[in-house]
Parts: sequence; structure tokens; C-alpha cells
Amino acid sequence: MNLALAVLVDGVVYSSWLFLIAAGLTLIYGVMKILNMAHGSFYAIGAYSGASLIGVYFAGGNPPWASYLLLVGAALVAGLIVGLLIERGFLRFMYGRDEVVMILVTYGILLILEDAIKLLWGVDPYFAYQPYTLLGRTKIGGLSFANYDFMLICVTALVALVLWWSLNRTRSGKILQSVIHDREMAGALGVNVTKIFTITFVIGAFLGAFAGALTAPGISVVPGIGIEVIILAFAVVVIGGLGSVGGAFVGALIVGLSRALSVHLYPDGELFVIYGVMGLVLAFRPQGLFAIAGARKI
Amino acid sequence: MLSKNQIFVVAAAALMILAGLVMPYWFSFLVTVALAKGLVVLGLVILMRAGLVSFGQGLYYCAGAYAVGAFSDYFQTDNVLLLVLVAIVCGLVISSIVGLLLSRYRDIFFAMFSMAFSMILYGVLVKSAALGSSDGFNVTKPSLFGWAAEFNGTNLLSYWVAIILACVAGAIIWRYMRSPMGMTGEAIRENEIRVEYLGVSVQKIIYIKYIIAAVLASVGGSITAMTVGHIDPEMAYWTTSGEFVFIALMAGTGHVAAPLIGAVIFELMRTFAFQLSPYTWQMILGIALLSIIIFLPNGLWSLTDKFKKGAN
Repeated sequence: MNLALAVLVDGVVYSSWLFLIAAGLTLIYGVMKILNMAHGSFYAIGAYSGASLIGVYFAGGNPPWASYLLLVGAALVAGLIVGLLIERGFLRFMYGRDEVVMILVTYGILLILEDAIKLLWGVDPYFAYQPYTLLGRTKIGGLSFANYDFMLICVTALVALVLWWSLNRTRSGKILQSVIHDREMAGALGVNVTKIFTITFVIGAFLGAFAGALTAPGISVVPGIGIEVIILAFAVVVIGGLGSVGGAFVGALIVGLSRALSVHLYPDGELFVIYGVMGLVLAFRPQGLFAIAGARKI
Repeated sequence: MLSKNQIFVVAAAALMILAGLVMPYWFSFLVTVALAKGLVVLGLVILMRAGLVSFGQGLYYCAGAYAVGAFSDYFQTDNVLLLVLVAIVCGLVISSIVGLLLSRYRDIFFAMFSMAFSMILYGVLVKSAALGSSDGFNVTKPSLFGWAAEFNGTNLLSYWVAIILACVAGAIIWRYMRSPMGMTGEAIRENEIRVEYLGVSVQKIIYIKYIIAAVLASVGGSITAMTVGHIDPEMAYWTTSGEFVFIALMAGTGHVAAPLIGAVIFELMRTFAFQLSPYTWQMILGIALLSIIIFLPNGLWSLTDKFKKGAN
């Protein structure tokens, strides 16, 4: 009973964390057809700016509850700056190239950002544990869970809801969907595709940074965290179907729960399980679970 | 009768082999590791000419290295011929199974799926205590029937083996690229369905290309294992595979020599970038990658075309 509870809670916490990271990645792919490797750096930048600001904030003896707003603010500013800088300053000159070449372009950006992070924040680890410990822990059935993790689940649910609502229930969301569906046709009907691209990229960058900022209190922020995370996010979006936000949600749940199951039953299989699941899904549904299969060009 | 090009290659290889006796150890080491990576990239180039980019060549690079390590450890042998053969067999066996599945995939799905397989190997190796987990283990230095080719205290055998293997592989692939099956690669990249209408099984050709690439990658891994003397799961991590794609893109797919020379340039660039600024060497590599994508979309080898056109 306890085992099932532990697997469930750990799995859902991990899933919500995965979804936060993967949502931005899949959104950018859906609209722009760019599998953005630099997304890992957005995550890292979010984590670093969150952690360093929290450190300064608590050193100044300010009211602790506002630190959560600070995390959101840090992610918003970091995502806006980095997203705009990369999309407007560089990426827009590369549109129209092959998808695989675009992976390499973003790989180059990732390499540059990784070192930019080291230059800005140094190589020493940052700790911002205060927001994590502030919320305390809850005992359920003899097991102790951090309340911060439950908050993470709620935030993810909120993000998923907002994303779903704005994509399906608002005018601009429907315009965005039309671009996802057929970029050229949307452009022909008067949609400013370039503007949509910029907005999407900034939102995606913000989501990546937001995921990082929210993770920062629970970990020690060290160089290289983005590299580890991006490959996990890839697994999630590939399972769900590239470009599908709903798919990323399901993908995150599948990966999160199967990882939690493996961690509790067979710890040595932790990494193997994630990519094993990814391989299994790809073997039977190459397009992922929720993507629409496209026609082959002749 | 040898053609002019063949004489040139044999002469260059002989010169490189002799030069090993006088060149500093760090340089022969760098060239050996670079050629090992060059072999992996050569395989990648074969796939790229067919329009497929594998982000998982690290799978075979690592598998070849671990096959060498485990075999030499278990059978207490350091015979270089045997070890390379083991790596070849290992690459052949794995790729002929994995390839059955992967040869059905294209574009970004091929890239992602191949990456998934290499990450599976990484995940397994990191957790297997018998193979040293994330630390890996040491591999014995190779010898040729007991002869270690020691000169002035440095072991030159793996350097020579690397040069000979690179030349042999280069010659075979050069022939292959001119064969009808090798040339079908470009046709598949341009339009796969038309190739099928002409009565060719695209899947079968990609399957074979995949196996060739895998064998080259595992040979590269075996050379690295014997040269560096240490192997770890990092060889299967996606950043290693990313590096191979980086070199392939930088070098270009125009000629078999491009990946081999490109790998040496890459290693030199990385070594000097690391020397110059230990904190920003990745940034330098990233800027180099982006500049090449922007200014030389067909890689460094396309410079030779420009040179030839200029000469005419």
C-alpha cells in the first residue's frame, strides 16, 4: 500500500516537472518545426537566475512568502530576454532550413549558452533551499512528502490548464493552431506568421526558464543541468508526439510513472526504463502517441 | 596499376607512419583519437548522403570500446588484430538487429530513435557494476603478437593501426560510394518514393548503410579504447553523438577524406580552444558550428570545389 502510494506521488511529482520542461519544447516544435536543443539552456538559465535572486533576497531579510513571486518573475525576465535575443537576433535568419540542420543550429546555441552561463554565474553551485523548506512536509500513511512538490503539481496543472484554454478557447490560440496545422495557408489568410514565431519562441523560452526556476529550490544548481534535462524532455515529447501539448502531458505521465515504478522496484533500471519506453512507443507509433501522421511527399 | 590518387594516399600514409617516430607524443595521440572519431564520422557521412542524420552513433562507438575492454579483460589478450575484429563483430551484430527497426524511419524520427538506442546503452552501462558503472574501467595497451612498438618510451602501435585502418576504410568506402548501391544514397535523399518506383528496396539499402556506419563506429570505438586506455559510459551519451554530427557537418560529405581530415581539425581546434580559454571552449566550438552552417553549408570540403573552380 505504502509502496503504491510512494510510486504514485513520486511519479506524479516527476511527471509534472517533466511536463513543465517539455511543454515549451513541444510548443516551439509544433509552431516552428524546430526541435530546440537550447531549451535545456533556457531551463538552466531559469534555474540560475531563480537561485541567485533567491539567495540575494533572503540575505536581505525580506518577507519569505514573496520569494515564490520572485521565482516566477525571474523566469519571466530570463525567458523574455533570452527568447527575444535568440529568436530576433539569430534564429529568424535560419528559417526555412532542413529540420535536422535546425537541430544542429540549436545545438550550437546550446554550446554557446552553456559557457555564457558559466561566465555569468561562475562554476560554483547555487543553493536556494528556502522556498523548498518553507512549506514544510506532510505525512501521508507513514510517508513524508515535501509540500513544495505538491505545489509543483498544482502549478503544473495550472500551466497545463492555461495552455489548453488559451490554445483552444481564445482567438489568438486558434490562430496559433492554424499556424501549427498549415503555416503557408495561415500566412496566405493574413496571419502574421513571423510575429507568431517570435511570440511562440518567447513563450517557449519562458516555460523552459520557469521550469528551471521552480526546480532550483529543490536541487543544487550546477553547470550542466541543462544537458541532462534536454534529453529527458526529448523522450517526453517524442513519446507524446512532437508538437502536441496534450501529447507532452500524457508523455510526461508515462515517463514519470514508469520511472517512479522502476526507482522503487528496480533502481538500476531508472535510465533504461525512460528510453526503453521511448523506444517501445516509437517502434509501434513512429509519430508518437498524439501526432497526426503526415503524408509522404512524392 | 595504381592511379595517381592511390599512390598519393599510400605515400601520405607511409609518411604519417614514419613521422610517428619523430612527432611529439601528444600529437600522435591527438591524431589517433581524431582518426578514431573520423572513422565514426565516415560512417555518419554515408548515412547523411542518404539524407539520414543519426544522433546515436555513440551507441556503436561505445559498444565497440566496451567489447574490446571486456574481451581483453576476460580472455587476457592484448592482440590488436583480435581486438579490432571483436569490435567489428560487435558492431555488426548489434546493428543488424537494431537496423531492422531503424531502417524504417526517416528524418527527425530516425535521429530521435537512434538517440534513444544510444541512451538505452548509456542507461544500462551507468548501472552495471560489473562494468564499472559510471566510472568505466581501464583497457590494456594493445600489442601485435607481443610486440608493443615502443619507441622512445611511447607506444606507437595504436597510432599506426589507426592510420592503416583509416586508409583501408577510406579506400573501401571510396569504392562503395562509387558503386551503384552507394550512389543510390543520394537518390534516396532526393526522392525516396521515385527510387522505390524504379524497383529498388530503399529499406534494404538504408539497412546496409546503417550496418556499414555501425561497423565503422565500433572500429573507431575500439581504437579509442586502446589508445586512451580507459572507457566509460559517456561514450554512449548523446553529447558524444552530437560531436560526431558536428564533425560531419563541419567537414562536409563531399569526399571520404573530408571526415578524417575534419576530425583532426576538430580535435586540434578543441585542444587549442581548451588551452586558450578553459571556460569558453564550448562557446568557441558553438560559434564555429554556427558560422559553418551559415557560411559553408556544405562543410569545409566545399572549399576545395571553390579552389578547383578558381583554378579553371
